[in-house]
Amino acid sequence: MQWETVIGLEVHTQLTTQSKIFSGASIAFGAEPNTQACQVDIALPGVLPVLNKGAVERAIRFGLAIGAKLNRTNVFARKNYFYPDLPKGYQISQYELPIVEGGHLSIQVGDEEKTIRITRAHLEEDAGKSLHEDFHGMTGIDLNRAGTPLLEIVSEPDMRSAKEAVAYARALHTLVTWIGICDGNMQEGSFRVDANVSVRPRGQAEFGTRREIKNLNSFRFLEQAIDYEVRWQIEQIEDGHRIQQATVLFNPDTGETRAMRSKEDAHDYRYFPDPDLLPVRLDEDWIEVVKAGLPELPEQKQARYREELGLSAYDAGTLTASRAMAEYFEATLASLPSPASGRGAGGEGSAKLAANWIMGDLSAALNKAELDITASRISARQLAGLLARIQDGTLSGKLAKQVFEAMWNEGGEADAIIEAKGLKQVSDAGAIEPLIDEVLAANPKSVEEFRAGKEKAFNALVGQVMKASKGKANPAQVNELLRKKLG
Amino acid sequence: MSLSIDDVQRIAKLARIRVNAAEVAGYQTQLNGIFGLIEAMQAVDTAGVEPMSHAQDLTQRLRADAVTEPDRRQAFQAVAPQTENGLYLVPKVIE
Repeated sequence: MQWETVIGLEVHTQLTTQSKIFSGASIAFGAEPNTQACQVDIALPGVLPVLNKGAVERAIRFGLAIGAKLNRTNVFARKNYFYPDLPKGYQISQYELPIVEGGHLSIQVGDEEKTIRITRAHLEEDAGKSLHEDFHGMTGIDLNRAGTPLLEIVSEPDMRSAKEAVAYARALHTLVTWIGICDGNMQEGSFRVDANVSVRPRGQAEFGTRREIKNLNSFRFLEQAIDYEVRWQIEQIEDGHRIQQATVLFNPDTGETRAMRSKEDAHDYRYFPDPDLLPVRLDEDWIEVVKAGLPELPEQKQARYREELGLSAYDAGTLTASRAMAEYFEATLASLPSPASGRGAGGEGSAKLAANWIMGDLSAALNKAELDITASRISARQLAGLLARIQDGTLSGKLAKQVFEAMWNEGGEADAIIEAKGLKQVSDAGAIEPLIDEVLAANPKSVEEFRAGKEKAFNALVGQVMKASKGKANPAQVNELLRKKLG
Repeated sequence: MSLSIDDVQRIAKLARIRVNAAEVAGYQTQLNGIFGLIEAMQAVDTAGVEPMSHAQDLTQRLRADAVTEPDRRQAFQAVAPQTENGLYLVPKVIE
């Protein structure tokens, strides 16, 4: 039987505020246990939550960025359950009236573009951390994280493979960091993914029973966990078993998912509106101010790169993988003399030239040095200086790579490196012709073969001339002069 | 709607309230009394009335995003039953 996978994701993004969602304690990562847990966070009797405007503002920003409906009135509710990392006995979340409803995100898988619908995004507080190491048979509780503002973003079950789920998670990660509402640090738990996974016979309209994989903190684990889970579910059904709805954990060491022991009442959360908090009203003026402060979004940039700069969908997607990358690309382009889509001497537009170098040599160098583009050893202006010399014919592609390498390792401007290392391309016919004469005299066989119609022999001769010039001769000119001589 | 004895026991368990067997019937009567009250209210025609999520018709005030709370761990942990290395210790919980 042919099976179809159905996936929906719930992503918890930690918001980039200074203080907690309902208290004035700091949310800075890595502090000594419980030094950032105030009376509200540890739930001393009589304390009251006071909502952080910065958290609400970030949720609005997200809603605007995905084209969602912002609920002008939204309500906080209590989600009741007992666990020591949540000392109130309930988590303050949003239930019936979340701040963000609807919206969508485009993803790219291979050559295909797909739109993933977003169901809702709601504000809530994070819980503390339980440490189950050896405390004489007890559990240690650190409440620094308790009350950290989260935006939980819930998608529709619109994804049909682990690859699509990863593409969506990546696009969402790009967006939330792009608009500055989340730092995206997955190791520190700022961006945590839960995946709801089910399978059904291809063509069947209703969904199969789903299992929820909790707390995936890397894109690689997300893909591995879904792949494993899908195989497991199909095997179960083909062996005649039924899938039981369950919450499962992924073990990165074994690559397997395993059901958590579930208590029978675990999911009876008894939500009700929190009487400690009034309904939140979003006024139009505020929404307008937030909207005006939004940067150009990844999808908008991609469209502009394709339409105005003539780049491919792939290039546009890669250059907008992060805001820093897009900014570097645009800064490079702005420093180049010739128009973005105009033709340089290399026969390609400045935009395509800059794109190729950023996605090629620069990205490779950054990867090798394990550096982020914000820490690049070559600035956008320096790179533009190099590209300008390719465009005006001073450098061949090969020489440009040497300049790039010197620039990466030793710093400096392109012109200074070209001068110091004598890497200028030779385009002077008077200097190239004697080299051609030498090569022709030394390779009578190739000349004969060329005259007999072998184009390959011509290329061999070009190679010889380039070699004789130590790579500095202008290849286009060598071609032209050589043809003239042989013709 | 009326609650069974089982319902009452389940609610008590969820709320972590210890209710002994002798008390269950009494709670059942009281809770059903509340449901009776709700039933009576449901007779009111509320078509066109927007539901309220709070008893007061007011809007939430927002706090500026700033760190205002100092570290008072020592004072808080002085009254905690058990602490170690800055952590609050609780009976072991395993999921």
